Formats: sequence, structure tokens, C-alpha cells
Amino acid sequence: MGAIRCVDGNEAVAMVAHRLSDVCSIYPITPASPMGEYADAWSAAGHENLWGGVPAVVEMQSEAGAAGAFHGALQKGVLATTFTASQGLLLMVPNMFKIAGELTPAVMHVAARAVATHALSIFGDHSDVMSVRSTGWAMLSASSVQEAHDLAAVAHAAALRTRLPFLHFFDGFRTSHEVARIETLSDDDLRALVRERDVEAHRARGLNPEHPVLRGTAQNPDVFFQAREAANPFYDEAPAQVQEVMDELAERTGRRYQLMDYHGAVDADRVIVIMGSAAGAVREAVDSLNLRGERVGMVTVHLYRPFPSQALVNLLPDTVRHVAVLDRTKEPGAPGEPLHLDVLVALASQRADVEVVGGRYGLGSKEFRPSHAAAAFAALRGACPPRTFTLGIDDDVTHLSLDPVEIEFAGARPRTALFFGLGSDGTVGANKQSIKIIGENTDLWAQGYFEYDSKKSGSVTVSHLRFGTDPIRSTYLIDEADFVACHQFGLMERMPVLERAAPGATVLLNAPYSGEKLWGHLTREAQQAILDRNLTVWTIDAARIAREVGLGNRINTVMQPCFFALSGVLPSEEAVSLIKESITHAYGRRGRAVVERNHAAVDAALAAMQEVVVPSVVSATRSRRAPVGPGAPAWVQDVTAVMIAGQGDRLPVSALPVDGTFPVGTARWEKRDLAQEIPIWDPDLCIDCGKCAIACPHAAIRMKAYPESSLVSAPEGFPSKSYSGKELGAGTRLTVQVAPDDCTGCGICVNVCPARSKEEARHKAIDLLPVSEHRERERVNVDFFLSLPEVDRAAVRADTVKGSQLLQPLFEFSGACSGCGETPYVKLLSQQFGDRMIVANATGCSSIYGGNLPTTPWTVDSQGRGPAWNNSLFEDNAEFGLGMRVAADVQRSDARRLLAALASELDADLVLGLMDDEPGPEDEAGMVRQRMRVSALRERLASIDDPRARSLESLADALIPISVWIVGGDGWAYDIGFGGLDHVLSSGRNVNILVLDTEVYSNTGGQASKSTPRAATAKFASDGKATRKKDLGLLAEAYGDVYVAQIALGANETQTIRAMREAAAYEGPSLVIAYSTCIAHGIDMSTSMAHQKAAVMSGYWPLYRYHPSPRLDTHPFSLDSKPPSLPLADFLREETRFAVLERTDPARAEHLQALAQADVDERWHYYEQLVDIERSIPVDEHNVQEPAQEAT
Amino acid sequence: MNLTTTYLGMELTSPVVASPSPLTGRLDSLLRLQEAGAGAVVLPSLFEEEVESEALQLFDRMEAASGIGAEAAGYFPDVDLDHLGLERHLALVEQASDLLDIPVIASLNGRTPGGWVRYAGELQEAGARAIELNTYEVVVDPDLTAADVEERYLRLVDDVRREVDIPVSVKLSPYFTSMAHMARRIVEHGADGLVLFNRFYQPDLDLETLDVTPHLELSTESELRLPLRWTAILRPVLPDTSIGLTSGVHTGRGAAKALLAGADVVMVASELLREGPRRLGEILDELTRWMNEHEYTSVRQLQGSVAGHTAADPSAFERAQYQRVLKSWVS
Repeated sequence: MGAIRCVDGNEAVAMVAHRLSDVCSIYPITPASPMGEYADAWSAAGHENLWGGVPAVVEMQSEAGAAGAFHGALQKGVLATTFTASQGLLLMVPNMFKIAGELTPAVMHVAARAVATHALSIFGDHSDVMSVRSTGWAMLSASSVQEAHDLAAVAHAAALRTRLPFLHFFDGFRTSHEVARIETLSDDDLRALVRERDVEAHRARGLNPEHPVLRGTAQNPDVFFQAREAANPFYDEAPAQVQEVMDELAERTGRRYQLMDYHGAVDADRVIVIMGSAAGAVREAVDSLNLRGERVGMVTVHLYRPFPSQALVNLLPDTVRHVAVLDRTKEPGAPGEPLHLDVLVALASQRADVEVVGGRYGLGSKEFRPSHAAAAFAALRGACPPRTFTLGIDDDVTHLSLDPVEIEFAGARPRTALFFGLGSDGTVGANKQSIKIIGENTDLWAQGYFEYDSKKSGSVTVSHLRFGTDPIRSTYLIDEADFVACHQFGLMERMPVLERAAPGATVLLNAPYSGEKLWGHLTREAQQAILDRNLTVWTIDAARIAREVGLGNRINTVMQPCFFALSGVLPSEEAVSLIKESITHAYGRRGRAVVERNHAAVDAALAAMQEVVVPSVVSATRSRRAPVGPGAPAWVQDVTAVMIAGQGDRLPVSALPVDGTFPVGTARWEKRDLAQEIPIWDPDLCIDCGKCAIACPHAAIRMKAYPESSLVSAPEGFPSKSYSGKELGAGTRLTVQVAPDDCTGCGICVNVCPARSKEEARHKAIDLLPVSEHRERERVNVDFFLSLPEVDRAAVRADTVKGSQLLQPLFEFSGACSGCGETPYVKLLSQQFGDRMIVANATGCSSIYGGNLPTTPWTVDSQGRGPAWNNSLFEDNAEFGLGMRVAADVQRSDARRLLAALASELDADLVLGLMDDEPGPEDEAGMVRQRMRVSALRERLASIDDPRARSLESLADALIPISVWIVGGDGWAYDIGFGGLDHVLSSGRNVNILVLDTEVYSNTGGQASKSTPRAATAKFASDGKATRKKDLGLLAEAYGDVYVAQIALGANETQTIRAMREAAAYEGPSLVIAYSTCIAHGIDMSTSMAHQKAAVMSGYWPLYRYHPSPRLDTHPFSLDSKPPSLPLADFLREETRFAVLERTDPARAEHLQALAQADVDERWHYYEQLVDIERSIPVDEHNVQEPAQEAT
Repeated sequence: MNLTTTYLGMELTSPVVASPSPLTGRLDSLLRLQEAGAGAVVLPSLFEEEVESEALQLFDRMEAASGIGAEAAGYFPDVDLDHLGLERHLALVEQASDLLDIPVIASLNGRTPGGWVRYAGELQEAGARAIELNTYEVVVDPDLTAADVEERYLRLVDDVRREVDIPVSVKLSPYFTSMAHMARRIVEHGADGLVLFNRFYQPDLDLETLDVTPHLELSTESELRLPLRWTAILRPVLPDTSIGLTSGVHTGRGAAKALLAGADVVMVASELLREGPRRLGEILDELTRWMNEHEYTSVRQLQGSVAGHTAADPSAFERAQYQRVLKSWVS
């Protein structure tokens, strides 16, 4: 028997793939990234493959690149593997056809995920793998973590045996991220499956100048077809060869797989055919229904391509009359989903007695439970089963959905536990450890699955744990648990927690209240749930214990032993000893102090638990907080609020837009109340500098200047001061106001505030103070603040820090990480150009905090104007934005053409103004004038009876200039999107590109990009990045006619504003590269701006602007920062990303840091020379973008 | 000229010892100090507080976002931090002890009673020939009496003495009300030697930001007088105890004064940071020259032959800044 391990699906697969590969070409994508990360980390640590070599792991610039490198490696005759999902898989398609066409044994492991359509979804379904079923790859599907481990090995062995490339897939998240107890395959097991002669044959087919061949010809109509058919025998023989490998696996391990597995009644009349993790839920339904006397069965498809039709016919009992094929994908317009059609064809000739219907389920990780399978079985029993149906949703539009049919669990029900926590408190990590403790040290089976919300700050996690004496096949969330722990008491105010406890369950709350006092702090709903469900409740002040032992806010180690003690999964003493062992194992290489503090937390925990005294009646008068306030618009009340409350599954189809179009400005309604401390303003000290507001990542602290008369209705004590600027006239007042429920308490504003009290230096113009003492008052104040009039945009100096911060942000309260370094730039853009801005947003952090439901931060001003936003893909964003620009130019030209054509019927001055006085996007007064003209034009057009007038009415807005902003991170700009970015830069078109450069792939967890600097440790660069950072700005400058700026808000706000405005005003391509601090840097985010300053002072991040000009003898390059005055080491020392390497490999760290210092010196020297460069860009007078007609 | 001396029971080839500084924290500069003629080297202090906070802070930063969302299970690769401050320090002790012919003395600054004892044991295990207890501490608790503080030091000496077999010296602050009494009690509790004195690094204020900033001021020659006086006073009181004089020795003449006052060794750091390790050899040359000029034939002859009195007026400092000051020094 192989070693027992508790791992997630990704690790289970990587454990096999890494041992069976010579080369892994990788690129990060959720939810497959961890497979590449494991491979990279293991190779960096010198782990060998089966043949004694260390697999070469190469990160590419995109999945297309990974596929190319993969193809190349295979052609040389090595064993190559890649890992991907979703959009990444789609980028591999061209190479997949080639690899299969060349009959190349190759393996790809896919954590199957939805392909973006009306929206992006990072979650699981089969729309990606189904998109590549025509490539000629064999496809193998695993339904559980154990199967993913086993079938990974089958894929590698079968690929070599059949000469077909194998795509092995398993469900994203449900399997890739489920932690489960598995029996692992030993090296000998793998050796037994992977035949050496197959490896050698593959190697012999590799390209070799010693006996050359030629592959990749171009073929003419005479032979292409025949050659395509020549490979048929390999596909015909493949299923039997796969079964052969499966049988060999069974011989060694006892785990028997068929190409398709049948489970259920031997005399079943109804059967479900399914593929992937939902097989677990279907199996539970089958067992339950059969126990009730029904006769049902299921077929689990493992080999999907080549589709083993005969195997299906063979295993289907003769008694079957109805088959429901469930597909986890949607092919709009098709007569049936892919698996459904495959089964139909397979049974058509040999089982005419069977009626086959198709159902759709589980798109984007939609829950699929035994009750859904039971619904399908029930439908099959009906007189007229629906030909096609959906499961798991309420379709009140096309009425395809079947209602779930609740059934009893058959057999020994596993014990269940639910844990509510925050992403930052370690709850998920502790639960993963608990599963390992139980699964690897006892005979119990264990399973863990983890839900996260989509926010990056204050994200809520729910851990679902099951333990049982039988293997666990429940591939769905836990509804009600035997044990419920709430690791953050505040969550009880926001979401139903105790309602998830099963009757008689035990509850553990982390709260600062004793067993006697806790009851009084519960909401009415919580008290009611305790009484109704007869819950036993315990409390522990874990936050205090964690603080006392020196673990800060990481309460997980305190809560974990309490779970063991209360749940009784293991005897308490044994559990404590195992927890300590697991801490030593997990944290031993993170330092003795870490282990000891965690051990101390364990020791202190059990004694501190208290049982809560539960009275017999509900005494609370306070209710759980409503998800949104009563003032919210109907859409927000009806739809958004339901999602915020975690009840989005209940929304029917009709509640949602048909095309993915959503209203803006919804983040303001979601009051998240995350901060423990909020900034409180002291008007007596404030110097109106605006630094707090410009640095705030969440637009939660704002400045407004307004006439004194506006204060008439101010609430008592509303703070204000005289505004120091002259431009708004005498008597102007200023207020700096925090939004207490939207602030995340990151502290950046206080950190950058320069105004100190003369009497007490630590008191600043804003101080962080306990929210509990200030919340109510600030709620009243912020309501009034928001009602104050916005400043006249044309009257303020938008090019200054202070002036810019008087402008209304149209990007607010995003779910970005507390202290995010990207969002201040995005917010600033929205202040400068929000009401005239179109945003093309690359996939990544900015598309998630910018566009992930339930609420989104892009909003509108009082006129209803604001940024129009869209996210297309990761790789195409520059092109996407260019398309918007081209379209805007076309619309403008059309409008001008129509305007010229109708000129005789219009006021001549109006036409002249519209045509010849177009403002730039930074010209506030000009924008007002042009909008008034457009308004006047519309009025006039209404009375003109001419089809051209109607057309111009619909195009008139195009006469108002827009600013196109192409926004994304470094993963996009430096790597996957660089080809397109380069093309757009060369286009001469008026687009503005903002690169939010965090120097890693932040959204997928900190993988290295070409922006990652030398000496930094990142995923995919576990041993420190050896090469220097790509100089994107310099590459763009080479074009000569591209405006380029490198900025860092924390170092120079004015330069940042200037660069954005110059970029917007420049009538060609502009590239602005913004240094963005990130949690992936491992810094104290409250000091984010100080890190930016140090980056600039050390020369690590020079500030510059390259402003092309047609004038002769100009010096387009301005170096805006001073020569380096801080040793680079002083900057590097303060950031974990660099500090880690000093602790893993000090010699390499010293070497790479010395090179990094040399990089800085060399680059600075080079830039200094650029300052003196004279360059002028010739203007092509004939390159007129206006259509010719316009001249007339 | 016979420059040999005895310090903490060890025979040293010269009386000039390199005291803790960044120069004694690197193997290459340690070698250069040995080549220049150092009688022994004292490695930089192992700060219990620092090595523990380093590990905890890195843990916190690496784990802070580990559960932040579905897409990112964490932001750092799963790497082994095998070279944290403690491990690096112990490795330095071990490598320096292997590499050098002269004795390697470890220095320790503990935070907790358990920490002093445990780390002293580990430093011995790593190969240190002796341990210098760096009792640098700013006592700010108004409830703590002078007697409490003294008692704590004595218990510390007891504890470490019980834990290790190698010689133990105590680097003292000059701020004891009854210095001689305290010195004698420390010796009675088992210290083999005293190092006079610890320099207290004073913080500064940044007039722009009004922030308190760490500040390193290298010693000046005038600072020699305080330890010189106390060396002279304590020498007859503690005839069998090793005395290392530190602070203000910048020249061979300064070294001569220290030895005349009764020091077994003189310890040098600031001058070496300014001028480089080779300066140690020059100091020895100057000392030898002065001894020749004054017809001394050996250091032993010189030691303790004169007593004198000096005065100085330092003040207190916070320990965390002291550590940062040391770290931020770039020679």
C-alpha cells in the first residue's frame, strides 16, 4: 500500500507529473497555478524525476508560449508536461492540434474551469476542456483527488504507449483545491506503468542531426486528407491500451478503473452518465435511491476521447430504458451538449431501446448535490422526460430547470464541521493541517473544501470539513454541520453562521466575552438559532491569547485545539500532541520562535475555553445587519443585496442581465465595516495638502471644498476649516472626511500625513482612532459630507495634489487588499478623467477589484457620467483598448461628416465650435463648452426632418472627446500581452496605457513575471530571480513617438499627476508605468508610500517622462528623480521578497543583490545620458485620420 | 617585545582585541583582523529579541495573505528559511572558530532568563571559546528599583554560569550607583571577567519629520577616560578577574594607558570601522613603539602598573534602536 497523504488535487497530480517529466513549461492560471508552483519548488529543491534528473521547469510569457515550448521539447524527444485551465487552455489550441497531428506522447493536466463569456469565472466547469475535444488529444477525466493522482499516472503511461497526447482533467476547485486523504503511488508503481521501451521509442523519434527527419511540412490537396487519416489506427487502439494501463495500476494498488465505470443496480432502469467530481454526488443519490427500492445506476466517464462507445454499450445493463447525460458545459445553439451527443451516437445503433436526454449542471462551480441527481432520476421516471434540462438553478425564463428532490444519505454519514474566518487569520491553513492530522494519523477518511468571497480585503472564508469511517464522496458544500466555529465574532453580524449548525451541534465562538456574558452580545437571530437548534456553545478569547503569545491576529493555532477538544474527533491529549507535531513540521523551517509561539498558543487554548450560559428565551433586540441600507436603488436591493448576503444561489435566471451588462456604482452600498481603527481628522492641524486622500487606496478618505453657506444644515460638530487656496473665492470651507464603514483601516493616510501638532508630535492632522468610539458620529458626518456640492472642476488646479483631491473619485470602496498600491492610481485617473473615460482592463487584480460581483467600484458623478469599463481577456487588453479608440475615432468622423452635411441647417457658430474647438481630455472648461454645444446640437436636430439628423443624434456624443485608458498589471504588459501592447504602441493611435506594476502576477499569488527584479524571491523563482527586470519603458521609448512615464505616487505625487495628464493630452500612444506596492512584496502595507519613496531614492525605480515632440533640438527625456542617495540594500532589506533569499541562500542573495545594485547604477548612468539626447519626431502631414469627405 | 597576555584564562598573542562590530561579523574581515594581530575577536552580539522578531515578522509577512482568496493560496513559494538570524549567527561562530587561530568570543544579549541560558549554551556548542554577556538594557519601568536590576544581572550570571563551561565575561554599563560593589558581586556570582563599558547609542530627532531616528556615533578618544578610571579602581579590588577595557581606544598610546590602568586586553571597534582592520596592526605597532621608548619588555610588565582618574557624562538609550544602529552601520 502506498503512503497515505492528505493533499489537494493539484498537489496529487503534480506529485505524479513532476516525477514523470523532463521538462515542465508553465504559466500561472487559476485554478491550475499550484501544479506549476509545486513543480517549480520541487525542481528548485533538487527533487528528481524517476530517471534521476531534475525536471527543467520553465515559465513562459503565456500559455501560448508554454505550449510552444512544450511542443518544442517534445520534438526533441523528452517527456514534457504542462498545466493549465480555461483561457490558458484555449491559448494552447493551435499547438495541441500540431502535437496530436504529429502523434506525440505528451501530457497536459487541466484543472477544468469555465471559459469567460458574459463574465469571467475562475470556477470549475468543463467549458474549457470541451473546447479542445477536436484537437486529437486523448482526454481522461478524474472525479476525485485520488482519481486525479491515479489517472495522472495513467495519462503519462498511456501517452507513451499509445503515442497520443493526453489531456488529463479534473474539476477546478472542487477537485483541484479539495484536500483529501489519498493513497499515493510510489516510484516503483510509476516505474511499473511507464515502460522504458516507450520512453526510448519517444526519444528515438526526437529531432536529432545525427539521423535527421523533417516534420511540419506543408501539404497540398493531393495528400493532406489521406495523411490525416493515416493516424486512425492509433486512435482505434488507444482505448484498449488505456485499459491495459488501468489494469496494471489495479494490479499494483487494488484501485480498479475502467474506461467508464458503472455503479448501481444491476437491473437499473434509469442511468445517469456523468464526468468529473459530480460523480460523487450522483453516487450518493444512486445509493440512497436504490436503498429505497428504486433501480438506478450511473456511468462515470474516465476516457472521454477517444470516446469508447463500445465500452459504454457493454456496461449499460439491458434493463436500462432511460439515460440522462449530464454535461458541465454549455454550447449555445447546439442540439445537445457534447457528452450528451456522444452518448446518443454511441447508443444509437446498438441500444435503440434507450431514450437519452441531456442536462446541464454546475457551470462556474454551481453546487451540484445528490438532490439534483435525484431530480434527474425522478424526471427520467416521468411519462415524458424533458429532452433537455438544467440542474442547480431556478430557470424562470426558459423553464428548463428541475427542482431538487431531497433524499436521505445512505450509509454512515461523515461528521461535518464548518469554520467561518477571514483570509488573514489563518483559519484555512489550520483546517488544512487538521485534515492532515486526522487523515494521516488515524484510520478516518478526511476531506476539506474552502470557500472564499471575492474581496481581497477582509475576505471571508468558510471551511467545510468532513471526517468519516468510509471514503468520502460528498463533492458538495456542507449545509448544516455537527460543529460550527466562528473565528471572527464580527461575522455573526453580517451572515447567518449559527443557522448552519445542525440540531444539537456544538458551536465555538472566538469572542472577547466570557461564557456568562457572551449571550448578551448575540443578535436576535443568533440567539434564536441556539435555542431552536439546541446548540451547545463555547467561547474563547482567541485574539487575546494570540496577542499574548506574540502571534498577532493569527488566531488559528488557538482555535484548532479547541475544535479537536469539542468535536471529539480525537482524544484531546493525542490531538494536542499531534497539533504540536504538525506545527513543528509545518513551521520548523520558518524559525524556532514561530514554532514555540504556536506551541504556546496551543497550550493556552484549552484552559481558556468557556461554555456559554444559554438562557431559555431570546433576549436580544438587535438584528443582524441588512446587507445594504434602505436608500439603495431597486436593483441593488433586489439582486446585489442577495449576493452580498451569500444567497446568490437563490436568484432566478430572470434576475440577471442577459448579456453581462451591469449598473455601476454598487460598491457604495456594501458597507463592510472592516476597520478596527479609522482616520479621524483634526482641522486645526490640517494644511490642505491632500496627501491623505491621494494615497487612500479605497477612496475612503476624501477632501471637499465648498461654500460656507453649505454648512447651514451641517450636523452638530461637523468639522471644517477655512480652505487655504484662493481659486475658489473667500469663505470657502474644507473638510477631510472618512467613510467609516468603507475604510479598511490600512493606515496609509496617517502614515503620509505631514502635519503634526506642535504640542504633541505624535498627534497628526489625521490619527487612527478606535472605530468603536467614532463610527456613529462619522456615519452622520460622511452622509452630510457626501451631500455637499462637488467643486467646480474648471475652477480647481487639477494638476496639483490638493486640486486633484478636490475632484470626485469615480472609483471607490473597491475590494482590493487593504493598503493596495494599485488602486490609488486608478482612483486618481478617475478623478482626472472619469467623466470622459473608457477603460479596457486586462484580467488580473484590477479586473477583480474592478469588476468582481457582488459589488463594483466604478461609479458616476452627479450628472450620471463616469468611466465606462470592460474586461476582455488577459492577453488582448492593449488591442481591446485600441479597438475602442478606433471605434471612437470612426464615430467621431461619422459625426463630423454628418455635422458638415447638415451645417446649412445649423447655427454656424455652433458647428464651428463643435468642429474646431474640440478640447483635450484635460481641458475642463473646454469639456463643459463642448458638452453644452452637443446639447444645443441635439435640441436643434430634433426639429430637423432628415434621416441624417436622426443618425447624428445617435452619434452626437462622439463629438465629446474621450480618453481611452488601457489598464492592467505587469503580467499582462510585460508578458502575456506584450506582443499586443507593442503593436498598439506602434499604431500612433491616441490611447493611454497604465501599467500597475507590482513586479509579480499578484492576482494568482505572486508568480514571477519579466517585471520581477533580480534577487527577488517569487513563485516560479523560488531560488531568487537571476535575471534583471525588463525595461518596458525603454522599449517603448525606442519608437520615438510614444509618450512614456515611470511614476511612483509615494515618491512624487505631482510627477504622477503630471504624467497622467501629459499622457492623456498627448495625441498618440502613451505608456505610464506605475510602481505599485503589493502584499506580494511582504511589507507592512501601512508604510506602502514610504517603500515607494525608498524605491525611488535608491535608484531602484527612477522617475522619468519621455515626451515626444516634433520640434527640433528637444530633449524629450526628463529624469524626474534625484540621483540614488540610498544604498539599494537598505531598500531591499525592508521587503520580504528580497529578505527571503537571504534566509534561504545567503550566498546567492549576496551575489544577486550585488548584481541588482550594479543594475541600478548602470541604469541610472544610462538614463542620465538619455537626458542629453536630442530627438525630434517627424510628423507625416499626409497621415490624416479624418475621412476625406470632412475636408469639404 | 612580548605582547602576550591572559584574558578569561586564555593565552592571547596580543592585548588588542577586536570588539563587536560589522567587521567581526564577516569571515573575510575576521581573517584580516587576525592577520593584523588581534589577540582575539568578539563577534557581534546575538540579540535574542532580534532573532525572534525576525522569524516572527517573516512568518507574519509570508503568511499574512495566505488565505486571502480563491486564486492565491499565498504570495510566497514554500521555501525553507534555513538561514534565519539565529542559524546565521551560530554558523558564523562555528565557521569563525574553525577558521581562526585566535580565540573567538561570542557575545549575547538576551531578553528573557530562559533565552540567555539557552542561547549561551548554543553559542558554546557552536564553538565559542568564551561568552561575553552584553547586558545592554534601558530600564524604563519606574517600579523597578536599582536593587531589582542588580539582582536580575546576578541571577543572569548564575544561570549562564550553570549552563556553560567556557569562560564568561560581563559587559557592563557604567551607570551603577556603586560600581565597585556591583563589579565584585558579579564576579562572586561566577563571572570570569568584566568588560568596561558598554557604550549607549543615543537616538536623534529628525527636525523635518519630528521622528526619532537611530544614530550611530563612533567613539572618540576622550571616551577612554571613563573606563580607564574604573579599570584602575577595580584592578586592585578584583585582582584575579580579567578586565577588558573598551570605548575610546584609538591609538597605541590609548592602549598603553588602558594596560597601565590594569586592563588585560583593550577592545577596539570604532577606530577599525573608520580605518579598516589593518589599523589594529598599527595600534599594536604604536604600542610596541611606546613600550620600547619607555623600556618596557612585555605587556604583563605594563599591566596595572598605574592607576588614574577620569570622568564622562553619557545617558540612556532604547535597545531596539541600539540594534538598528549597529545594523545600519556601513564601514
